[in-house]
Amino acid sequence: MIPKELDPRTIPEHCQPIITVRGLRNSFGEQVIHEDLDLTVCRGEILGVVGGSGTGKSVLLRSIIGLQTPDEGEVDVLGENMIDRTEDEAKNIRRRWGILFQNGALFSTLTVAENVEVPIREYFPYIQPPLLDEIASYKIAMGGLPADAGPKFPSELSGGMVKRAGLARALALDPELLFLDEPTAGLDPIAAAAFDELIQSLQKRLDLTVFLITHDLDTLHAICDRVAVLADQHVIAVGTIPQLLALDHPWIQEYFNGPRGRTAASSYEEHAEA
Amino acid sequence: MAEKWPRLAPVIHFAHKSARMTDLHDAETDHPEGSVYRVAGPITITRAATTQREIDALPDPLTIDLSEIDRMDTVGAWIVYRTVRDRNAKVIGASRDEVSLLRQVSEFDKPAQVHPEEKPSFIRVLTELGEWVADTGRTLLGLLGFFGATLIGFANIIKRPKRFRLNAVVQRFDVVGVRALGIIGLMSFLIGIVIAQQGSVQLAQFGAEVYTINLIGRITARELGTLMTAIMVAGRSGSAFAAQIGTMKITEEIDAMRTIGVSPVEALVIPRMIAAVVMMPLLAFWAMLLALIGGGVFVWLSLEIPPLTYIQRLQEVIPITDLWVGLIKAPVFGFIIALAGCFQGFQVKGNSEEVGERTTTAVVQSIFLVIVLDAVFAVFFSSIGWV
Repeated sequence: MIPKELDPRTIPEHCQPIITVRGLRNSFGEQVIHEDLDLTVCRGEILGVVGGSGTGKSVLLRSIIGLQTPDEGEVDVLGENMIDRTEDEAKNIRRRWGILFQNGALFSTLTVAENVEVPIREYFPYIQPPLLDEIASYKIAMGGLPADAGPKFPSELSGGMVKRAGLARALALDPELLFLDEPTAGLDPIAAAAFDELIQSLQKRLDLTVFLITHDLDTLHAICDRVAVLADQHVIAVGTIPQLLALDHPWIQEYFNGPRGRTAASSYEEHAEA
Repeated sequence: MAEKWPRLAPVIHFAHKSARMTDLHDAETDHPEGSVYRVAGPITITRAATTQREIDALPDPLTIDLSEIDRMDTVGAWIVYRTVRDRNAKVIGASRDEVSLLRQVSEFDKPAQVHPEEKPSFIRVLTELGEWVADTGRTLLGLLGFFGATLIGFANIIKRPKRFRLNAVVQRFDVVGVRALGIIGLMSFLIGIVIAQQGSVQLAQFGAEVYTINLIGRITARELGTLMTAIMVAGRSGSAFAAQIGTMKITEEIDAMRTIGVSPVEALVIPRMIAAVVMMPLLAFWAMLLALIGGGVFVWLSLEIPPLTYIQRLQEVIPITDLWVGLIKAPVFGFIIALAGCFQGFQVKGNSEEVGERTTTAVVQSIFLVIVLDAVFAVFFSSIGWV
């Protein structure tokens, strides 16, 4: 039913896999979240992951980044197996990715600048303090925060600024791979659009691979190269939105062709024409 | 930034035309002037500290030769950029990609503040002292205001008794009182043993071991039973009050209550207050009883005074006023503990870390106030002749 090119097991042409998930199974007690889940993320793409609430998008993210040990299956990130790995190997991978959690997950006792400096200090303790401060300050600028945000504490920031600060921290080590968990949730449409643009421009500038969990149809249309659809405990299809729309799957049709989906699609088309 | 870049442009020659880059490259290798920093291999965050140190060691005028690097990340680009910015260094041999990366990081050179401004230490000490005084004053005033709000809450409930939340109060009785029986009982029992043991050792020097019973009886009834219970309740329930209310404050439950029309004082504070005030004397009585039993067990086993004699002696040596002294203080202490706990809970705003801070403050404040009041009571009772 699913054409071969949209099957999550198929590795697309010219794809250099950066994340490979095979046969993943996750369960909490009796409740099975994922069963036989496959997914490949290619270097240099922005992959959007969509799915209804409770389909395990965040659990998938946690399995990939090693916060959750799956019951079964293989997860390879940046060429390393995430399941059987030593602590040293894990450190090596963690240095090469950045993660923006859903609520920012900024350390509340540290200022924004200190938050950005945490990963740098952890891995490169010998960097001279003035250089460290300058790195923090341009990462903050890169995250799109105003100049006076550095010495502020997370409790003094608005929701959008928390996400930008979280993004600045995720970018601290010049990652190859960026994980974003619902980056635009809770932002107003203007801020959300600005955030989408920021991610896209950073992705181009820094040659990032982005794994993006989202509910935001506008984000999907605007910046995602491919979209993976999570339903029935596994990834049912991966492809561009037009490819997915051609599928005869009820959830996909409902999702992209529902009233909100159509609005987002048409506004994006108008935008693209203009 | 936009106005800063043109000043630098002629110096570092980030020309788009690769022809100019080649010219520059040739010129520099033919007539090198000053020092040249040539990196082979990567110029990335991994080598950032070393690179910076090496660059710092070289004298001006400096030329950075990038022709042999194989990888550059934004941190590497930043180091090159800041050297150009601060020391007017020249950059040669940069490839198209590296030039564009250098341009990109330069766009983010905004004078962003990283650390809060620091004042001279003398002024800082004065500021902190002033803030501390103001803070203490505000806390005392706030506590008084909160006391008033609680009284108004009580008055409202007396006016409209239907608003009294019996279920909530009974539930608090269980949490504050019944569930504390075990730990308070055990603690008091052990304290009874300790007092008896320490007392008997000292009194034995005068051959007056039998007065150990007077010691245990009077000290537990007058002071320790109530005081130790108050400390335990402050640690157990006062902290819980602060943490519960503080968390509700953060999750906006209290705001939700207000908008629905439920008074947080009536719904949250008054049940806790009633529970603490009612349960404290009962727990204190229980603590006295267990401390007396603990002391009794010790004198029975160690001094061979049989339990019946022990009880008889207790009746003779403890005046009934001692029991009143202990029990009158108890509800007042309970009130103080609930007041401090709930007040600190309501002071939480902002982040979850503050819940912890406020909880600590609640316990410290209530134990401190309890001990101060205990001293006041001691003076008061002795002045009315209850010695």
